[in-house]
Amino acid sequence: MQIAKSLAIFFVGLNLIPLALMADRKVMGRMQNRYGPNRVGPFGALTPVADILKLLSKQQFRPRTAIGWVFVLAPLISIATAVGALSLVPFGDVHDIFGTKTGLYGVDVSIGPLLLFAFSSLASYGLLLGGWASGSKYSFLGAMRAAAQLISYEVSMGLALVGVIMTAQTLSLTGIVHAQEGMWYVIPQFVGFIVFLVAAFAETNRPPFDLTEADAELVGGYGTEYGGGRFATYYFAEYLNMVIASAMIVTFFFGGWHLPFGIDTPGWCEPLVVIAKILFFVFFFVWVRATLPRPRYDQLMSLGWKVLLPLATLNVMVTAIILVVTD
Amino acid sequence: MAWPPSPEEIHVVSGPDAGGAGGFYRAFAETLRGLKTTLRQAVAPVSVISYPEEKTPVYPRFRGRHRLHRFEDTGLEKCVGCSLCAAACPADCIRVVAAENTPENRVSAGERYAAVYEINLSRCIFCGYCEMACPFDAITMGHDYELADYNRADLIFTKEMLLAEPFDRTPLRGEGE
Repeated sequence: MQIAKSLAIFFVGLNLIPLALMADRKVMGRMQNRYGPNRVGPFGALTPVADILKLLSKQQFRPRTAIGWVFVLAPLISIATAVGALSLVPFGDVHDIFGTKTGLYGVDVSIGPLLLFAFSSLASYGLLLGGWASGSKYSFLGAMRAAAQLISYEVSMGLALVGVIMTAQTLSLTGIVHAQEGMWYVIPQFVGFIVFLVAAFAETNRPPFDLTEADAELVGGYGTEYGGGRFATYYFAEYLNMVIASAMIVTFFFGGWHLPFGIDTPGWCEPLVVIAKILFFVFFFVWVRATLPRPRYDQLMSLGWKVLLPLATLNVMVTAIILVVTD
Repeated sequence: MAWPPSPEEIHVVSGPDAGGAGGFYRAFAETLRGLKTTLRQAVAPVSVISYPEEKTPVYPRFRGRHRLHRFEDTGLEKCVGCSLCAAACPADCIRVVAAENTPENRVSAGERYAAVYEINLSRCIFCGYCEMACPFDAITMGHDYELADYNRADLIFTKEMLLAEPFDRTPLRGEGE
């Protein structure tokens, strides 16, 4: 049952990626008054397939200055950590499937958020090692940026979640979703939500915080020297990270599989509710990408350390006081 | 207006200062405003011409590929081979070799006709001087702008190619379009 479940989760999760890819281009296109890709398949629906086939059929090459095995390993770290984090996403409650009690999630560990942060910390090594092992100056600059950006935003991201964890009094992701049955945490933890949202953009290297790629100034950042299948791996990991970040926002702040206004969700459509919410946040990621310009690097750092971190800390303290007072 | 403008003339719109709570509020509110703008554009009609299927319309006076003309009633060529177009051409891309009309072989309405009329479109700068120099309106600038080809020799257009009707006409831009 566990194997069937993980296969199903990977099937769903990995199919969300071409969807996110397509949404990215289509929504961006519409927001810029154009169609977006519309040549391959009906309404361009097969563009991701063509894209991936093109990338996979390209020649594998590496620069002479690259450090061989690290160069090969780095994209694998990125994709492995992204796929690992996918197993934590709770798609539904525990249900009776063919006589077996099965939770609609990969694993429900008792330290869910910590494991999530462990994965996202490891993911920064993918970018860091990839940029460093490429042996190119642009890659190196991108890697340095990735190191500073990911590490500094992880701090505020973690602190933003402390409020949620204190309110839910559990570290299990399904427990957090269960605790939101009455009210989604986006309302009592609004400041935490804003901080987590902004930090999630920086963690996933999505525009406007894509300073590690920054194609206008760094050519391609950490991915400058990557092509073909290895580039596809990075690309895949980036979009999977976007899906996972959306899933985490849904889990922590938007009540997972719960519907608003106390509507009871029938068991079989719990995953559908979660996926619909995830897709909304994927849309939101693209929406913000089409809206905001990329900040300067020092602005990014000062936003992280001077605005988000104090806000998150304040949020934790206020939540703690309220919890103690109302208890 | 005098330059530099006096302080009264400069209208400065200033929000809360950057930094502090005001700056945070401004960043938040302006972000929401930006999101609203992009969402409104997402439902606005697209301004795209799907090029190979639909062509960009041109103005009536657009200077595209040249065309040679015939008289509509007699079918005779208007060009009399005077080479004034070749003389006017600043890029020197027109070659005219004239020949005498005979009663058995009557090609043009005048005394002579152009036995060879070639325009090298890889040199042409589309200035339209040939059109202005022509005393019989035999050569005009057409509306075709799809002039890419695989080799340069194919871009030398002969008299037959210039006389032929174009396959599909370029759409004309309407009034106020």
